[in-house]
Amino acid sequence: MRFVDEYRREEDAQAFVRAIRARVTRPWTLMEICGGQTHTLLRSGIDRMLPPEITLVHGPGCPVCVTPLTQIDRALAIARRPGVIFTSFGDMLRVPGSTTSLLSVKAQGGDVRMVYSPLDAVRLAEQNPGLEVVFFAVGFETTAPANAMAVKRAKQLGLPNFSILTSHVLVPPAIEAILSSPQNRVQAFLLAGHVCTIMGTSEYGPLAARYRLPMVVTGFEPLDLLQGIHMAVSALEDGRIGVENQYTRTVTAEGNRPAQAVLAEIFEPCDRAWRGIGVIPKSGYRLRPAYAAFDATERFDVADITADEPKECIAGEILQGRKKPSGCAEFGTRCTPEHPLGAPMVSSEGACAAYYLYARAV
Amino acid sequence: MGCSMCLGVPGKVVRIEPSAVDMPMGVVSFGGITKEVCFAYTPEVVPGDWVLVHVGFAISKLDEDHALEVFKTLKELGELSELDVPQPARKS
Repeated sequence: MRFVDEYRREEDAQAFVRAIRARVTRPWTLMEICGGQTHTLLRSGIDRMLPPEITLVHGPGCPVCVTPLTQIDRALAIARRPGVIFTSFGDMLRVPGSTTSLLSVKAQGGDVRMVYSPLDAVRLAEQNPGLEVVFFAVGFETTAPANAMAVKRAKQLGLPNFSILTSHVLVPPAIEAILSSPQNRVQAFLLAGHVCTIMGTSEYGPLAARYRLPMVVTGFEPLDLLQGIHMAVSALEDGRIGVENQYTRTVTAEGNRPAQAVLAEIFEPCDRAWRGIGVIPKSGYRLRPAYAAFDATERFDVADITADEPKECIAGEILQGRKKPSGCAEFGTRCTPEHPLGAPMVSSEGACAAYYLYARAV
Repeated sequence: MGCSMCLGVPGKVVRIEPSAVDMPMGVVSFGGITKEVCFAYTPEVVPGDWVLVHVGFAISKLDEDHALEVFKTLKELGELSELDVPQPARKS
C-alpha cells in the first residue's frame, strides 16, 4: 500500500541503524509518547537493533491505558441500563472495570456496539429516536476533533437522545508532568505524529526550551521511527534543543486549523486523572457549557461512581519512563493481558502488554 | 491491529459529496477497500489526493514531496557512510 510499504523496507531500516550507530558516542534515554509507536518499535524489533547506548522508555500515550477505572465503571453503569445503546471504539470493549467489561455487559444482553467513527454513533441516534445513544469519547488530540464533530452534528440535527462520556487527554501537560519530576530520566522525546497533525508543533517549542531538550515529531512506520531516533540522537550529540519534524508528509507547524476551531467550540481544557499517574492539571477536555446537554455523566447521573486502582501496579512509574515493564514483580505472573492489574497491561498498545506480546524481558 | 485512537491510515480520495452543513462526506479507497469519510477538516482536498484518515475523518492531505524526504536523507547518509569505509594502508 502506498505511503505504508515503502516505510517498512528492511534494507532501509538497516541503513538507518548504521547511521544511528555511527552517530552515538554515549548513553541516551529517549521516550516515545504514543502507544502505537511503542507497538511498532517492539513488533519490528527496532529496540533490539539499536546500539546499546540508546534506551527507549515508553510514554503515557495510550488513551485506553490512561482512562481511569472510575470512568470505565461509569461506562459500564450506563451500558447496563435498558433503553441505552452504548457505542465505543473497539479498543475499549475488552478493558476490565472493577468487576466486568463492556464485552461482558454485551454478553449479558446489554446493547453495546463497536463503531468505526463517532459519526456512526450519531447516525444510530437518528435511526433510534426511542433509545438513548451514548458514545465513549476517548482519545488524545488526534481523536478529539472527530468526537467534537459528532457533538456539533448532533446539535445541528437537534438529537435529544445523543450524549458522550468524555475521557479526553492532552499530550503537552503529560510531557510537562514527566519533565518536572525529580526522577525524570528522559533526555529527548519522539512526539506523537498524529497528535501534531491536528495541533501543529507550536505547543512544544516552549516546553523544549524550558527543559532544554530536543523533541522530534515522529511518524508511525518503522522507517519513520528510525529516522526520528536518528534525528533525536543527532540533536543530543550536537547539544541542539528545540522541536524538529520527521513526519513532514502530514505535520505542519500550524496543524489542522479547521479541526482546532471545532475543538475550541465544543471542548474546554480541564484537570484530568490519568490512570496510574493521577491528576494532571489542564490535561483533559470537557464539554463547554453550551454543549453540556450532551454530557452523559450528567444525563445518567454517574458522577458519584468512583473506583480505586490496584495498589500492586507500578503503572505510574512505567508510564513516566522511570521503570521498564521487566522491572515489575507482577509482570507476566499475576499481571497478564487476560488479567491486567493496571493501565499499561490493559490495552495491546500499553507498554506492559507490548512487552508481554513480543516476549521482551522474559 | 493497532490502537484505533492513534492509527492514521493513508488512502486515496475517490469522491466527495457537496454538503449544506459544513460536513462534506465522501469515499476513500484504502488499497481497494472503500470507506465513507468526513472531509470537514480537509476542505482543500479533491478526488485523487492522498489523505490520512483517522476514525472516519480525513485529518490531513498527504504531501507527496515531503513523503520522499526520508529516502533523500537515507541517500545522503549512505553517501556519507561511504566516507567512513577505512582505506587500505598505503605501502610505504
